[in-house]
Amino acid sequence: MKRFIGFVRKEFYHIYRDKRSLFILFGMPIAQILLFGFAIANEINKVEIAFLDQAKDATTIEIINKMASSKYFSINRYLAAESEVEGVFKEGKVKAVINFEKDFGEKLVKRGKATIQLVADATDPNTANSITNYILSIVQQYNQSINLHQVGGPQVLTQTHMAFNPELKSVFMFVPGVMTIILMLVSAMMTSISIAKEKELGTMEILLVSPLKPFQVILGKVVPYILLSIINAIIIVLLSIFIFKMPVQGSLILLGTESVLFILTSLSLGILISTIAKTQQTAMMISLMGLMLPVILLSGFIFPIGSMPLPLQIISNIIPAKWFILIIKGIMLKGVGMAFIWKETLILIGMTLFFIGISTYKYKIRLE
Amino acid sequence: MKDNKVIAVKNLTKKFGDFLAVDAISFEVKAGEIFGFLGANGAGKTTAMKMLIGISKPSSGEATVAGFDVYAQTELIKKNIGYMSQKFALYDDLTVRENITFFGGIYGLSRATIKEKVKVLVAELKLENIIDQLVGALPLGWKQKLSFSVSLLHDPKIVFLDEPTGGVDPITRRQFWEMIYHAADKGTTLFVTTHYMDEAEYCDKVSIMVNGKIEAMGPPKLLKERYGASNLNEVFLKLARGSKPNE
Repeated sequence: MKRFIGFVRKEFYHIYRDKRSLFILFGMPIAQILLFGFAIANEINKVEIAFLDQAKDATTIEIINKMASSKYFSINRYLAAESEVEGVFKEGKVKAVINFEKDFGEKLVKRGKATIQLVADATDPNTANSITNYILSIVQQYNQSINLHQVGGPQVLTQTHMAFNPELKSVFMFVPGVMTIILMLVSAMMTSISIAKEKELGTMEILLVSPLKPFQVILGKVVPYILLSIINAIIIVLLSIFIFKMPVQGSLILLGTESVLFILTSLSLGILISTIAKTQQTAMMISLMGLMLPVILLSGFIFPIGSMPLPLQIISNIIPAKWFILIIKGIMLKGVGMAFIWKETLILIGMTLFFIGISTYKYKIRLE
Repeated sequence: MKDNKVIAVKNLTKKFGDFLAVDAISFEVKAGEIFGFLGANGAGKTTAMKMLIGISKPSSGEATVAGFDVYAQTELIKKNIGYMSQKFALYDDLTVRENITFFGGIYGLSRATIKEKVKVLVAELKLENIIDQLVGALPLGWKQKLSFSVSLLHDPKIVFLDEPTGGVDPITRRQFWEMIYHAADKGTTLFVTTHYMDEAEYCDKVSIMVNGKIEAMGPPKLLKERYGASNLNEVFLKLARGSKPNE
């Protein structure tokens, strides 16, 4: 045990004295969570729109007021003719133009039908999509409000409720993703690099010739990163609760336990990488290309898995991050307990054992 | 003590696929001897040594190190040997004292013993000014001396030195060999691989490995006589060209 503590202390010296790894360990998580939280927001806010109101009657003014009073839009200008639309988009500020046809109010009353043309700047398809959705929902609300006053034929009313994230905050989607990325990065990349470093410098050989058993060496290298990853997970959860007002509906203890499980999965991956990589450079490349990219692209963190082509959907199943994201979303947003996430948990446990198994096997081959 | 065989090797062989890296080598090393394990790069020196220090399993043959079997008792072997690799493997980002404490610690020395060892080393190597400096900032010669001292920390019976003097100047090499003699005087056995033939002259006994086989073995003086050479370098060149001893 005393040997072990000495080993762990040495490992902390390494981390503490290497400013670069200190930065990756603590600067990165905070920077990433703030970046994703503030800068890369999907929801729209004060988007500038323009109106081409060819009717200028009570109805169009009411609709325009409704849009202008929402916090999502601000009116940039009123256009006079259809020919101005293109120019206004080329200027770049206006992201959507709402065009009311002539005699809008009159047609609506007399024929029960009037048309609004909605032109959105789709150079950024995501934003265009959200803008049209927001505008459509405002129009729909208006529709329903006038229909309520009329006693007419049968009608279908939709009532939408965005469960677990009523304000559609994208931060709720990013926090689980960023937490996953960071735990993966710290645990897998940093351990694989630090083990590869010992190999590269030749100290690993010295350690293997010493009475320490190989698993003690690996354990000694891994324990500090377990501790640091736990601290990181706590920082991320605190930031998301206090800065982004993200709720934790479920049990904090369960969240903690699952995070430790995922840290172990990542560490075992890191160990596996270090059995392949002989230098720090290789370890870093394998971690970045082999772990970070799939985590970002295929875990469902940014792109929904359901809308991927089938082969990618199948591949996404072997990515540990996918399961962990499901788990934390479940715990933080839905407040579910073990009864709902036991399958994901089992998969992570299985993966961890699998990675440790292969590492041990590869290690034995090397010794032969 | 002097006649105890601390290393006994018989027909030790290592195969990588079809390649015979070490081909049935046999030799013995006595306690307190400085044994020079010579050969060109790629002759199989390092592979042979790795089997002796317990980090590589032999394909066939027998060997005991410090009285323990290299197949079944590698853990016991590791406790009784010291090892210094050709890379002077101390941690650059740890101070001299931290390195000594760490390596003492993994060999299970108590804190008091380590403190005592640090004191002795500071006095012997005149480390007062550098004991709390990072190893990375020290010249190569210092690193090498420290690395050797660290391999001796737990008073091993045998120390294996893998090309210990690569890349250092002749004066430091000379000083380094004085340290080796000093250790041998205290009864430690030293197993040194090198390809500097002038260094090999300092050894009590040398073996010369060519293509996985030991082609010649004995005290340097005897080998020079047998091959009619004025120095070991000539002996080595003759062997490498495949000539037989003078009759």
